Amino acid sequence: MSPSGSVGPIRVLIAKPGLDGHDRGAKVVARALRDAGMEVIYAGLRQTPEEIVESALEEDVNLIGLSILSGAHMALFPRVLALLKQKHATRIRVFAGGIIPDEDAKKLKKMGIRAIFGPGASLDEIVATARRLVGPTHS
Amino acid sequence: MPIGARRVLRGDRQALARLISQVENRDPSALPSVRALYPYSGRATVVGITGPLGVGKSSLVNLLLAHLRSDGKRIGIVAVDPSSPFSGGSILGDRIRLARPPGDDGVFIRSMAARGHAGGVALATRETVRLLDAFGMDVVLVETVGSGQADVEIHEVASTSVVVVVPHLGDEVQSLKAGLFEIADVFSVNKSDLPGADSAARYLSEMTQLVPVTGSWRPVVIQTSTVAPRGIPELWEAVTRHEAYLDSSGSRQTRDRQRLTDEILGLVREQVDAQLLRALEREPDLQALLDRVVAREIDPHSAAERLLGEVRRPR
Ligand SMILES: Nc1nc2c(ncn2[C@@H]2O[C@H](COP(=O)(O)OP(=O)(O)OP(=O)(O)O)[C@@H](O)[C@H]2O)c(=O)[nH]1
Ligand SMILES: [Mg+2]
Repeated sequence: MSPSGSVGPIRVLIAKPGLDGHDRGAKVVARALRDAGMEVIYAGLRQTPEEIVESALEEDVNLIGLSILSGAHMALFPRVLALLKQKHATRIRVFAGGIIPDEDAKKLKKMGIRAIFGPGASLDEIVATARRLVGPTHS
Repeated sequence: MPIGARRVLRGDRQALARLISQVENRDPSALPSVRALYPYSGRATVVGITGPLGVGKSSLVNLLLAHLRSDGKRIGIVAVDPSSPFSGGSILGDRIRLARPPGDDGVFIRSMAARGHAGGVALATRETVRLLDAFGMDVVLVETVGSGQADVEIHEVASTSVVVVVPHLGDEVQSLKAGLFEIADVFSVNKSDLPGADSAARYLSEMTQLVPVTGSWRPVVIQTSTVAPRGIPELWEAVTRHEAYLDSSGSRQTRDRQRLTDEILGLVREQVDAQLLRALEREPDLQALLDRVVAREIDPHSAAERLLGEVRRPR
């Protein structure tokens, strides 16, 4: 093994909790993160918080991106955060996108969701935020 | 024993996940644990599942997983996908197809990007497989996309290689020419719910009669389907038969020795590459040296000799 470049690319799990079946937004974000040089583990639709956290731990990701349109965010996001805490894995930062009313967004941020993107957010902004959340040790 | 290795042996999944990342990143801080875990490996059956894009490799892995879990086997899965040549990033989507009961500790799934580091997929994949082996997995399934190079490398990692094809053999014939045929111990003609599966299977069987083999194993052809589940126990049975053949014929030993030779050489190459890079960074005259080659004052061989001397110089 070589000492040069021993810090790998940022790894992100993109998952869609909840019951809605639209993952176009999530896929667009996944592609943007890939094009920014990240390794994106795409977990797909209808993931439970338990499955999301289990995948995130196995894949040793730096970030989890949750996408939701179904309106169940107030039930599902805090559960993901709680499970991460329970597993001593709060090093994994969580961001979210979808249709989330401002009021809920405020509450979720207080609970520990690091960033929330509405339908109008630019991909550049999402990529920049992902980088910022992981910090300067990664490229 | 290093703490990381101890935690892996104790069944700590997060410690395993972290160690795999370090191995993937070729991070030298993983070395003490990787070394300490080596004696605990060598027990798992390592099976490669490879083939062209979209033939149903992940779906097959998913059904094999269910089949083997119902048998009480502990299963590791490594799914390797290519990185984008442009950004170095990748989208790893194989997990979508993998289902398992929540909280099942007998399964560990890991997605890997073939990052194209020196030695390709093989070094990092092999070490990852070995970590899963030391972790106590009975079977490790390695999925790779059949894009030429990667399949050949799967042969260096797995003791049995399953090559997956689909009934419409147009493209696959090309891939088979590109080396898939040589590495197949077992063929899965997947999507056999679609028309043409019988003739594809027959065609492959005939091919296996024509292609020269080393030893006495001829690739077995199994028809499978994951949508109208079929052939999964038979597929696994073929894998076990090949594994038994490896033992009874003595070729397991021969192949292991060959693989380990390749691995050791790969590791040496990795070190030499790193040293060469460092030497080049130290070489302030590199540009001047290059200028002289361009001006035909010295030849490329002499320039290479100079650099080699630089690598060998003790620091
Ligand atoms: N008809 C039919 N379709 C199948 C079968 N197995 C898989 N598929 C479909 O083939 C597509 C690809 O399946 P995957 O399991 O993702 O294939 P893969 O080889 O892992 O794909 P990559 O990892 O992207 O190369 C999906 O749409 C599956 O539903 C099968 O036995 N019959
Ligand atoms: Mg796949």
